[in-house]
Amino acid sequence: MPLDTAAIRRQFPIFREEHPPIYLDSAAMGQKPANVIDAMDTYYRLAASNVHRGMYALADEATNRYEASRETVRAFIAAKHRDEIVFTKGATESINLVAKTWGKANLKKGDGVVLSILEHHSNIVPWLQLKEEIGISLRWIDMEEDGSLRMADIDAALKDGKAKLVSVTGLSNVLGTLPPLSDIIERAHRAHALTLIDASQLIAHRPIDVTELNCDFLAFSGHKLFGPTGIGVLYARSPLLSKIPPFLGGGGMVQRVTREEFLPADPPAKFEAGTPPIAEAIGLKAAIEWFTQYPWKDIEAHEHALLAHAIEKLKAIPSLRILGPASADEVAGCVSFTIEGVHPHDLTDILGRQGICLRAGHHCAQPLHERLDIGASTRLSVSLYNTPEEIDRCAEEIRRAIAKLKK
Amino acid sequence: MDLYAESILDHAHHPLCKGPMKHPTVSHEETNASCGDSLELRLLIKGKRINDIRWEGEGCAISQAAMSMFAGHLKGMTTEEAAHLPPRSVFDLLKVSIGPRRTKCALLCLHALKNALRKLNGEPAQSWTETIGN
Repeated sequence: MPLDTAAIRRQFPIFREEHPPIYLDSAAMGQKPANVIDAMDTYYRLAASNVHRGMYALADEATNRYEASRETVRAFIAAKHRDEIVFTKGATESINLVAKTWGKANLKKGDGVVLSILEHHSNIVPWLQLKEEIGISLRWIDMEEDGSLRMADIDAALKDGKAKLVSVTGLSNVLGTLPPLSDIIERAHRAHALTLIDASQLIAHRPIDVTELNCDFLAFSGHKLFGPTGIGVLYARSPLLSKIPPFLGGGGMVQRVTREEFLPADPPAKFEAGTPPIAEAIGLKAAIEWFTQYPWKDIEAHEHALLAHAIEKLKAIPSLRILGPASADEVAGCVSFTIEGVHPHDLTDILGRQGICLRAGHHCAQPLHERLDIGASTRLSVSLYNTPEEIDRCAEEIRRAIAKLKK
Repeated sequence: MDLYAESILDHAHHPLCKGPMKHPTVSHEETNASCGDSLELRLLIKGKRINDIRWEGEGCAISQAAMSMFAGHLKGMTTEEAAHLPPRSVFDLLKVSIGPRRTKCALLCLHALKNALRKLNGEPAQSWTETIGN
C-alpha cells in the first residue's frame, strides 16, 4: 500500500509549521516525530532518575525503560541476545569503541584492516589512528565508475591472511550505492577476518538482520533513524564482547573496584561507563516503534519512487552530473551531483534561502571525493516524509540558482 | 543585500590579479577543508611594500570574489599595514552581509595573506581563530 505521506507529515512538528522547510537532508539528520519528543519529555518531567542505581520505584522505572529500549533495538536488527547491544553516543563512538578495544587488543604491526573507498570519515580515522599507534596497514577496496565495489580488491586484500577486519558501509552516504554485504562478510570470514558494518545510512532505508548477515560488529546512530542525537548502537556478535577489554572506565562498568584493581562488569554494562544517555535511549525506542509501524516494502517503494523522480529531474538539468549509477534501482537514500561552474556551497546557500535544505561539501568522505576527482558535491537525500512535489520545487530552484550564478 | 550581488558574481567570473608570478618573494596556500576552497597567494615585496600580487584558486563564488577584490586592495600597501588588516577589511569590500556559515569562505583570502606574511617573517602560521577573531 502506498505510504500516506500527508498523514506521516502531520506527526512531525516541523512539517506542521506554516512554512515548513523542503527538507532533503535526512542522510545527515532525520526529523523527529512527536512521539519521540514526547517520550523524552515524559522521562524528564516524570521519571528522571539514574539507571541501575536507586532502590526506589522511580529508579526502577528508569532502568526498565532504558533496558526496554535495548530490547527494542535488539528486535529491530534481529540480534539473538539483548546483551549484544551496547548503547554509545553515536555510530562514530561505536566504531571507535571497536578500534580502541578490540583493535588495540588484537591487532599488531603489519596486520591489515580492509576499508572501502566509500567510507565516511568515522570509519576511516579510527583505523588511521591505529595505523599511527600500532602500525597496522589499511587496505582499500576501490570501486567501478558506477560506484559498485571491486570484489577482486577484497580478495586481494584478504589473500595473505594478514587482514583481521573488513569494515565497510552498508550504504554510501554520498553515492547511495549498497555494497553486497552478505558476499563481503562471507569472503572475510573465509579468510578468518572479522567484519564491521557501518549501518549509519542503511538503518533507515533497508531492513537489517544481523543474525542472517552474520556480521561481527554493526554500528549506527539514533539521529538518522528519527531518534535523538547523542545515542548510537554497537552490535557485537556474542561472545565477542566478553573477550574485548573495556572502553571507558568509570561507574557502571565494573563489578568490583579495589585500590589495586578492578573487575569489569559483564557486557553490555562493561562498555557503558558513567550515566548513559537514558532519555536518548527512550527516544530511540519511540523512534523505532514509530518507524516500524510502516511496512518496509512500502517505505522502500516510496523512497525508490522519490529517487527515480529526483534522478529524472536532475538529469534534465544541463551541465549537471550525477555521481554514481544514476539509477534508482541501484541506490537508496540519496543521490549526489556536481554542476559545471557552480560550487556546491553557492548552490546550497541560494537554495537554503528558499527553505530548501540540501547538503554540500565532501560529506565526511574525502577519500571518495578525491577518487571522483572533485572537491565537493551536493547531496539530495530522501525519507518517508518527502513528496515528489518537494523534488519538483527543488529542481526548479536549482535551475534558477544556476541561471543566477552562471550569468 | 543579496549575497550573490552582481559585483560579487562579476569578480567570481572575471577575477582580478589571478595568474602566475615568476619570482614571488613569498607564496602561500590556504585551504578551507570543510568545502574544498583553496587559494594560493603570491606576493612580490619591494621595500616593505606589496609591489605586486597574484593568486590561483578554486572554490565557491564568495571565496574567489573576496580574493579578487582583496588583491586589488592590497597592492601598494606596506606589509606592516597588511599584517594588521581586520576581517572587516574584507567584509567592507564585499559590501554584503556574510553569515557565520560563509565567514570562512569570505576570509580565506585574509587567512592566506596573514600566513603568507608570517611565512615571510619566519613566524609560525596563525590559526583560523586568530584570523577570524582579529
